[in-house]
Amino acid sequence: MKRNVLVFLLVVLIGTFAVASGQQSSDAKMAEEERVLTLLVDNATSLTGMIAVADAFEVKTGVKTEIELRPGSAEGENLLKTRLATGEMSDLIYFNSGSLLPALNPERNFIDLTDKPYMDNISPAYKQTVTVNGKIFGIPASSSAAGGILYNKRVYKELGLKVPTTWDQFMANSEVIKQAGKTAIIGSYKDDWTSQLILLSDFYYVQQQVPDFAERFTKNQAKYSTEPAALQAFYKYEEIQKKGYMNKDYLATTYDEALRMLASGDGVQYPMLTFAFAALNDNYPDQIDDIGFFAQPDNKPGLNGATVWLPNSIYLYKNGENTDLAQEWAEFYVSPEGLEIYSKTNKADGPYVVKGVELPSDTPKGILDLMKYFDEDRTAPALEFITPVKAPNSPQICVEVGSGISSPVDAAAKYDRDTEKQAKQLNLPGW
Amino acid sequence: MAKKQNHHYSYLFLLPAGLIFFIFFLLPALSSFFFSLTRWNLTDWTFIGLENFQMFFKEDSLSIGFKNTFIYAFLTCGLKVVFGLALAVYLCSPIRTRNFMRAIVFFPNLISTIAVGITFNSLMHPTRGIINTFINTLGLNGPDWLGNVKIALLSIIAVDVWKGVGVATVIFIAGIMSIPEQYYEALQIDGGGSMDRFLHITLPLSRPAINSVIILALIGGLRTFDLVWSMTRGGPGFTTDLLSSIIYKQYSSGFFGLSTAGNVILFIMVSAIAFPVYKFLNSKEVDL
Repeated sequence: MKRNVLVFLLVVLIGTFAVASGQQSSDAKMAEEERVLTLLVDNATSLTGMIAVADAFEVKTGVKTEIELRPGSAEGENLLKTRLATGEMSDLIYFNSGSLLPALNPERNFIDLTDKPYMDNISPAYKQTVTVNGKIFGIPASSSAAGGILYNKRVYKELGLKVPTTWDQFMANSEVIKQAGKTAIIGSYKDDWTSQLILLSDFYYVQQQVPDFAERFTKNQAKYSTEPAALQAFYKYEEIQKKGYMNKDYLATTYDEALRMLASGDGVQYPMLTFAFAALNDNYPDQIDDIGFFAQPDNKPGLNGATVWLPNSIYLYKNGENTDLAQEWAEFYVSPEGLEIYSKTNKADGPYVVKGVELPSDTPKGILDLMKYFDEDRTAPALEFITPVKAPNSPQICVEVGSGISSPVDAAAKYDRDTEKQAKQLNLPGW
Repeated sequence: MAKKQNHHYSYLFLLPAGLIFFIFFLLPALSSFFFSLTRWNLTDWTFIGLENFQMFFKEDSLSIGFKNTFIYAFLTCGLKVVFGLALAVYLCSPIRTRNFMRAIVFFPNLISTIAVGITFNSLMHPTRGIINTFINTLGLNGPDWLGNVKIALLSIIAVDVWKGVGVATVIFIAGIMSIPEQYYEALQIDGGGSMDRFLHITLPLSRPAINSVIILALIGGLRTFDLVWSMTRGGPGFTTDLLSSIIYKQYSSGFFGLSTAGNVILFIMVSAIAFPVYKFLNSKEVDL
């Protein structure tokens, strides 16, 4: 009896193995016939536009694009660097432009796109952010965006408020909102990257007052703690915290919860990037027209402008098996055809960096608010696009000053000391 | 003759095990000592001497990291011994639901640490978490468990103890069960009370168990990482940073040489604490 059971089990086992291996070989055959590209994207990015372009590419060429998701921020970077070092990378990689790129060792890992004819159509301001040692490595994955204050227009109207152009007006507005029993400024420090926005969006004023700050910062000659224009941002954190304008649970609030607060009007002003409009449009389509944008104000008379984030990029893995296909994919992505599909399905976060692509008519109203700053030439690129040096602990430092753990001066000094690690790792001269 | 017997088997038999040990343990350990002296991006390296160690000690959050690591290790260790022993004594007494209770105490250990972290993250939410909702119904105001600078680390320690006390309890139960019954009978004849039972028999004779728990909990506490990372990521700011989370953040920023140097320092520190403690505890052990 016992023996029979054993024999039966053995048969079942062998049977399953046979089925499984048969399955495998037929899978392998499928892969041979079907050409597939893989694209690695972080899980916070809105994928609608990218998927639409990839689908169109599949219709045209029969090449499928498989999307792999990775976690965001430090964990994701970690994963990227490990996969690059072990040679297990996807064919196409979606990643930041600017200061984080040199750390991925682009010359060794990515295909050099400098001589591609389509590069002539792409704006020099963008190309600069994906250039390492004179070679261009990326194509723009989306439109550009800006950092500033997203605000709920409906509540602004109800309370009779006007868009502020100075910091004092901004604080006065916040006081009115607070008195009305709503959250004046939304803090979402649980996702600590969001805490950096006040610091980063303030760079327009630094650049207007000290035009060579970025250059000297890279050379270890200018510092946040010793440059009053740069130090100003840290005082803004302190003031907001001391006046109690943020939601009570700002340390436990996430980015997604913050967007919900903004859309519902429970929270009225949110220091954020305009790329949040894509997420707002996906999740709160009925409220999207309630949300507006204004540049983070400063008290310097006559100065008011927005800090611009150039688009994130798609890079092509050099040591993969499908490099030719990947280059075809990239060319299609930035072609007029590809961009038209993209801009139809994905709402723009700001102007495109490719020549001849206009914003569609159904662009959210908040983005049109932002376009005014571009039209009047009141913009400057964010610091991370014009220097490779950024403090790796910047999110934690901003949380500290934003929650009153450290003073503005201490936080700025800490920021300066933290940048040293990055500069030394990149072996920059002067450090 | 005797010598020949020692060489009954050829040394070649040691080769497979030795090879595995060399490739997977010795080689990585030695190479990490080497890479801690370089600026390294996983593919290329430049030798820079002790600069990494210098930079690691200049790290702003390092003093917080050291302080927190010690507080964390010693507090979790102490609490696990105290609660573990109390639970073990209780669960060795003739109560009806003994086996069921033992299982309950051990349960938290079966859950992945990350899952525990995420769960407590929402339980401890300052406005919507169950803990504070409960406190609010009593008419009190619950603190921000993980956001308040003063108690964030203590909250994590409490969760760690809740999760880890089961293992300590099981070790203690085994220790107490191995104490021969005669000692207790002798005490009963001499007219000792239950307090004497504990102080003069259970406590001294479960010394080996106590030592194991102390060593395990201390080393575990010194190099702990997963719970802190899943609950606060070292935040708010740097308040709950431990040595291990500082190293992890450096690693994920791409400072591979620097973080390897940090790991070498962590290794030296754990050994420098664990070995003397181990020696000291062993010298105090008594035979049954």
